[in-house]
Amino acid sequence: MSASDLAIDVTGVTKRFGAKTVVDAIALQVRRGEIYGFLGPNGSGKTTFIRMLCGLLTPDAGSGTCLGFDLRTQQADIKRHVGYMTQKFSYYEDLSIRENLDFVARIYAIPDRRAAVQNSLARLGLEKRGDQLAGQLSGGWKQRLALAACLIHSPRLLLLDEPTAGVDPKARREFWEEIHQLAAGGLTVLITTHYMDEAERCHRLAYLAYGRLLAGGTLAEVLASARLFTWSVAGPDLHALAATLRGRPGVEQVTAFGNTLHVSGRDAAGLDATVAALRDPRHEWNRIPAGLEDVFIGLMDSAKDNFA
Amino acid sequence: MSQPRLSFHRLWAIVLKEFIQMKRDRVTFGMMVGIPLMQLLLFGFAINSDPRHLPAAVHLADTGPFARTLVQALRTSEYFDVVHVAETDAETRRLLQLGEVQFVVNIPVDFTRRLLRGERPTVLIEADASDPAATGPALNAVAQLANTVFNRDLPGPLAHLQAQNGPVDFRIHAHYNPENITQYNVVPGLMGVVLTMTMVIITGLAITRERERGTMENLLATPVRPFEVMVGKILPYIVVGYIQVTLILLAARFIFHVPMVGSLPLLYAVSLLFIAANLAVGITFSTLAKNQLQAVQMAFFFFLPSILLSGFMFPFRGMPEWAQAIGSCLPNTHFLRIVRGILLKGNGLAEISPEIWPLVLFLAVAMTIGVTRYRQTLD
Repeated sequence: MSASDLAIDVTGVTKRFGAKTVVDAIALQVRRGEIYGFLGPNGSGKTTFIRMLCGLLTPDAGSGTCLGFDLRTQQADIKRHVGYMTQKFSYYEDLSIRENLDFVARIYAIPDRRAAVQNSLARLGLEKRGDQLAGQLSGGWKQRLALAACLIHSPRLLLLDEPTAGVDPKARREFWEEIHQLAAGGLTVLITTHYMDEAERCHRLAYLAYGRLLAGGTLAEVLASARLFTWSVAGPDLHALAATLRGRPGVEQVTAFGNTLHVSGRDAAGLDATVAALRDPRHEWNRIPAGLEDVFIGLMDSAKDNFA
Repeated sequence: MSQPRLSFHRLWAIVLKEFIQMKRDRVTFGMMVGIPLMQLLLFGFAINSDPRHLPAAVHLADTGPFARTLVQALRTSEYFDVVHVAETDAETRRLLQLGEVQFVVNIPVDFTRRLLRGERPTVLIEADASDPAATGPALNAVAQLANTVFNRDLPGPLAHLQAQNGPVDFRIHAHYNPENITQYNVVPGLMGVVLTMTMVIITGLAITRERERGTMENLLATPVRPFEVMVGKILPYIVVGYIQVTLILLAARFIFHVPMVGSLPLLYAVSLLFIAANLAVGITFSTLAKNQLQAVQMAFFFFLPSILLSGFMFPFRGMPEWAQAIGSCLPNTHFLRIVRGILLKGNGLAEISPEIWPLVLFLAVAMTIGVTRYRQTLD
């Protein structure tokens, strides 16, 4: 993998706010044209890391490049080629959709501005609503506007900070279609999310907790690296069964999923022994592959033991 | 990849955006036009610093002809409306306390007799000095009156009583420094006050608003530079400032008939400095304030000395030295002198130049602080 194939290539990136280390020595490589998912609990440092990538914050330690520009010295160049969509809607609510797009287009000095704005409206299906004030839009439409606005200068890297928070499932699906199309066109996308189904739509993903990168790779790699074993159990009195299971040898997580329980642990032998001891004919036990959510919750629990 | 420090694309983008936002924000826009008009009407009409027909009581202990002449003269001066002729001291004191009269004129028992003997009888004028600005001109009028009122009544052999000091000794019970403010003085002064108030507040909100609404993060993530944001936010309000200047000048000319002796183009040119100075203060405040409320509070913190210590409200030379020193640091102080100088005295560039360089200095300092404080990152 040559350096030019990498849109993001950073090592040891660290950011401290006062005594608190919010991002702790993160190394990350993202290939061009890749959709890279960034997962982690609230306050894990995702937003801070993204802000360092797009030149909004200067790292306290570490080095690297974003689109080949130095993270510390070429922030102005980075800003010109990165599209950054903030967690909170941060365009002007008292400007219309068209005015917002026009403003951004002017800021980036786009040659044929009118056409660019028109194209952008058309591509996101916002043509008819161009003169509506941004503040009057629903959450889903605001998200589409924000995406259109941060794409208008044809960035080479898109940084999306929880873009689908509070957006309905249909709009979320359409949003992901758009992201995949863009990636197919060569755009690199780094996206943070809390949704597991979205994580599974990424080419590669990373899990962040307490400012540290806990796992990274493709979905299969992350699942495999966790070495987590899971049983699913269905039947009556699951609540009581869950209480019995917790704290038994090999049992690390007991999570209710509707009419089933997921029981997971990294110690396969211990887990199997516990399951064998508790097994009765009223319940139906099945061994299932560990889900991403199980893996992440497991990662977070062990991270808490290590760092917190 | 290199690019010029200042991009007109980006600057213009900010300017346009500010104009659109200004257009959408009806309340603020109304404030920008409404405040000058309201202040003009309040200061120009309602607040008359040369008030006449002030209610007065006369305690007439002497009924001789000279006493009556004096009362008549007070009436015809237009400054006094004699609404009461009191019998006792207690009554006059009560009237004054209640605020029913502004003045009590006490004419003593032997007024006529002592006047004719040339003993300069004492007439005590008690003034309600709680508002010295209201009583000052009237008291000045009394002093004038004293010298002339009896000229007709003291002919021939009594003419020697028309002494230099006047035949009557007026004693005034109120101590203050009467400034003869007129509308000619107030209306031009108002220009600086209105501009200070609206310009500082509006731009004070400019950056805090972006921060509060979260749009600042987006703006920072673009290639926009601090200087472009500041200038882009200042330019639209310069236009607003000029609209206000024009409104005030029109009102001064056609409503208050303020004489305009000097050069209006010169006034407009100098106004640019003053407007920019205030805008820079506002921008600086908005980089210091954490939210819009704080920005407004800071603006008032700046506004109060600008109105009180600049020479607008009180005579500049009447203030203690420390207050004059503070006043000299404020752009409004210098702008007031410039406006009054140009409009009333017909001053040219040469005469106003001592007031121009403090404005330039102030503008430079405020801009520097503003640009330094504005962060290009969120660090």
